[in-house]
Amino acid sequence: MSYVKPKFRHPNLPTNRRGYTVADYDGAISTLCAGCGHDSISAAIRNACFKSAIEPHRIAKVSGIGCSSKMPTYFLGKSHGFNSVHGRMPSVATGASLANRDLTYIGVSGDGDTASIGMGQFVHLVRRNLNMTYIVANNGCYGLTKGQDSATADIGSIAKGGAVNPFEGIDLASLALLQGASFVARSFSGDKGQLEPLIRAAMAHKGFAFIDVVSPCVTFNNHAGSTKSYAETREHLAPMPVDFVPMRDEITTTYDPGTTQAVTLHDGSVIHLQKAANGVKTDDRTAALLRMQEARDEGNILTGLMFLDPNQADLNQVLNLATTPLNKLGKDELCPGSKVLKSINEGLR
Amino acid sequence: MKQIEGVNDFVVKFANVNGTGSASANHLFAKAIFRMGIPVSPRNIFPSNIQGLPTWYEVRVSKNGYLGRRGGVDFMVCVNPQSMEKDIAAVAPGGYFLYDNTKPLAPHMKRDDITMFGIPLTEMCMREYANPRLQQLLKNVVYVGAMAALIDIDFRVLKDLLNDQFKGKEKLISSNVHALEMGYQYATENFQCPLPIRLESGVNLASHILESDHILMNGNTAAALGAIYGGATVAAWYPITPSTSVVDAFAKYAERMRIDAGTGKKNFAIVQAEDELSAMGMVVGAGWNGARAFTATSGPGLSLMSEFLGLAYFAELPVVLINVQRSGPSTGMPTRSQQSDVLAAAYASHGDTKHVLLFPATPSECFEMSAQSFDLAEQLQTPVILMTDLDLGMNDWMSPPLEWDDNKELNRGKVLDAEGLDTAEKWGRYLDVDGDGICYRTLPGTHPSKGAFFTRGSSKNEFAVYSESGEDYVQNVDRLLRKFETAKGYVPQPKTHPPIEVKRRKTKLKIGALFFGTSASPAYEAVEMLADEGYPIDTMRIRAFPFHNEVDQFIHDHDVVFVIEQNRDGQMRQLIMNECQIAPDKLKSVLNYSGTPITARHIAGKIRETIGTKKAKVVALKREKA
Ligand SMILES: Cc1ncc(C[n+]2csc(CCOP(=O)(O)OP(=O)(O)O)c2C)c(N)n1
Ligand code: SF4
Ligand SMILES: [Mg+2]
Repeated sequence: MSYVKPKFRHPNLPTNRRGYTVADYDGAISTLCAGCGHDSISAAIRNACFKSAIEPHRIAKVSGIGCSSKMPTYFLGKSHGFNSVHGRMPSVATGASLANRDLTYIGVSGDGDTASIGMGQFVHLVRRNLNMTYIVANNGCYGLTKGQDSATADIGSIAKGGAVNPFEGIDLASLALLQGASFVARSFSGDKGQLEPLIRAAMAHKGFAFIDVVSPCVTFNNHAGSTKSYAETREHLAPMPVDFVPMRDEITTTYDPGTTQAVTLHDGSVIHLQKAANGVKTDDRTAALLRMQEARDEGNILTGLMFLDPNQADLNQVLNLATTPLNKLGKDELCPGSKVLKSINEGLR
Repeated sequence: MKQIEGVNDFVVKFANVNGTGSASANHLFAKAIFRMGIPVSPRNIFPSNIQGLPTWYEVRVSKNGYLGRRGGVDFMVCVNPQSMEKDIAAVAPGGYFLYDNTKPLAPHMKRDDITMFGIPLTEMCMREYANPRLQQLLKNVVYVGAMAALIDIDFRVLKDLLNDQFKGKEKLISSNVHALEMGYQYATENFQCPLPIRLESGVNLASHILESDHILMNGNTAAALGAIYGGATVAAWYPITPSTSVVDAFAKYAERMRIDAGTGKKNFAIVQAEDELSAMGMVVGAGWNGARAFTATSGPGLSLMSEFLGLAYFAELPVVLINVQRSGPSTGMPTRSQQSDVLAAAYASHGDTKHVLLFPATPSECFEMSAQSFDLAEQLQTPVILMTDLDLGMNDWMSPPLEWDDNKELNRGKVLDAEGLDTAEKWGRYLDVDGDGICYRTLPGTHPSKGAFFTRGSSKNEFAVYSESGEDYVQNVDRLLRKFETAKGYVPQPKTHPPIEVKRRKTKLKIGALFFGTSASPAYEAVEMLADEGYPIDTMRIRAFPFHNEVDQFIHDHDVVFVIEQNRDGQMRQLIMNECQIAPDKLKSVLNYSGTPITARHIAGKIRETIGTKKAKVVALKREKA
């Protein structure tokens, strides 16, 4: 158990513009190992939702199976959540979103859940540009089944038992880019300064927002020789800090000219990429792929916003879905009635 | 030679090559008989192939309105040299055979105990039409024209049908009518028309047929319409014969009936998923979030959906699955009909699971039960599987018209809205406050501070809190069993008929027959045959699982009960043995699993054998002598 929350809550906790305190975004007490990267992601999601002042009950949490997929229990206790089956969260999220397009969907998955058993569903979800935030807590192993290599384990990475991984690792962020994802980012569970604004931007994005988060497994994959340990990740991290300004907020922070670059989302929110002076372009898919591949070749972990297309049609648009959520439609809209049926019968005689 | 005789009562079979346009000509033939007011049931017996393999179309004409297969062929129309030899052999003595004699028939294939008609179909079409595609297509229409003369199809009806079919395409209409006339003329000039087997409107027909306003439609289209009327808004699927046309039809009707008038946007979503796991996942997700959702599939897809079905059972989510059964694994006979998913569907998934199954037997039941399954799934918060098959789903069946009661409301089951949550004394997602095993659910986004919970598989307590306690588990699965008991009161009752009176009863045994779906029509016909021979049989048509207590009672009330079904292992019999308190040796299987639908003659023969009727003894004796 990594942290125990005090029962007593301070009466003067700051509230967001909808009147919620950060505690209103808490979930149950985590049962993950102390120090597990996943808990930091849970905290980042909680903080991001608090800061963006999304009403907790207007968020739906979905996950597959794994330590990572348990996370939704540990944040946003006032939201409905669905711990589905291993590798199949994408389909559940798709169905849920079709049923009610008005909620904000946060999907949490693991590298096993997404890159192995769920690979098929994942790439198809990307293709469909479902309006959701999809976070992979990437520890390079199967935590819940006790540490086997996952498909994102880097080639040459050494497992706890000493075995060297002989297979090429799958880079989910590159894959998402290749499959046409409209928002692709990578981050590190230990970099809350970057992760929080990225999650906020992902939730504001209309379309599929993918964040691959390196999230060390302290129990099975945090030793020397593992490329996804805290130490290795920190050593090779090449972060691109970001800042997020929601649509309705005034831009108060001032940035020195030339040190930031603003990217505007569909809803008018702005992402500020800091220290991006070396001309990073987030609207160029090919350049993003190249940048990520180069970093990988050098053994570096490039983090930050890789690519964004705020205007790509999402699934709701592609399907020309009505603006009223399908789950709100009643008999009048749905059932054509006996008169119509009579004429159908006529046509069948 | 004594020719087969009969008005409005015979079997015609067409032997064609797949992909040559025979389907629409054969359909024209069957539909014309239907329009003449004579009961007809056409069946496509087709290969898993787009072009080139043999395909058959069997048309049953039955004055008494029996729509199942009878067995045997009285009249064969063959335009496929590949299958010609076997097709000739299949004709009953005294029957008829029509073929394309552009190429002469090999002498060894000639039979002198049947009447053979040669028509130079290919030659005629080569002469009349320049376009090679038309030459091929219209050959089929020429033989329909010849059949019109031979068995007295109303020519005006045929013409009307062509007019309907090709509305506005005058050229097509006239070339088709010309082909019909050519065939008609050839037959009248060369053969003695009409034959002793023929059609005649209004003659010899059972009274319930004369009074009816039947429609002709396939079960898949009916099930799709049921989904529209039942309020389905999300359809997720992966293509598989024979279920594909369910979603095709749903799409067609939805595009017509579910467009928002103001915006032109869609009040439905159809997603072609990447596989059946995903299709079912989407249905589960949509159901969890309060939309009525369904998928349609067949055997292999059902297998892939198993894990999710188990989750939906434990997480108590509404799911509607239309399973159009076919035979066995993918390669081989995927386009043949069976009822072989009964056990796989009833107990789909891991852990202790049982699912609600509905067994429609006609298109109008496909419609009703499909619509009803959306209510049931939400009322019972569980998967509901509509069990049809290829025979019912893809063939046209004469059926009572579809009916809808406009006063009927969509029954959304126990769902608490914001107000309900505010007034509820104590709420737990899995708290059985009503004692029927069904608890109150809430949908995401309903209330700012109440009713949120975490949906998972098995490990939870009554308040949806994660729990690995054995007690919580047992309490939960026992409640699910209680819910399954409750389901008995919700699902369609079995159908029985008053006992049959026979003139000279030949047996003291009390005999019963149980069947479901497409086994029903031939079973009823077999029962009538046996009643005529002095063996009365009581029938019960099962329409749902869980079984009503009447099923138990029916078995108790009889000395021997035949379970008639279309699979190898007697799956319905096994399910009954599992679920009812009965002595298994009372239940005798009557099975057919050849891929072509079971026939009345086959059923009657098996029952005769088992109870040792006089006719069975004669047949056995004959066999011995031979
Ligand atoms: C169908 C199925 N197969 C196998 C499992 C066992 N299983 C549970 S979690 C898991 C791997 C999870 O790995 P990952 O997604 O990386 O999550 P982590 O625990 O590392 O966060 C496996 C194989 C399962 N639950 N379901
Ligand atoms: S096993 Fe690894 S991934 Fe799972 S909770 Fe422990 S540290 Fe986290
Ligand atoms: Mg993992």
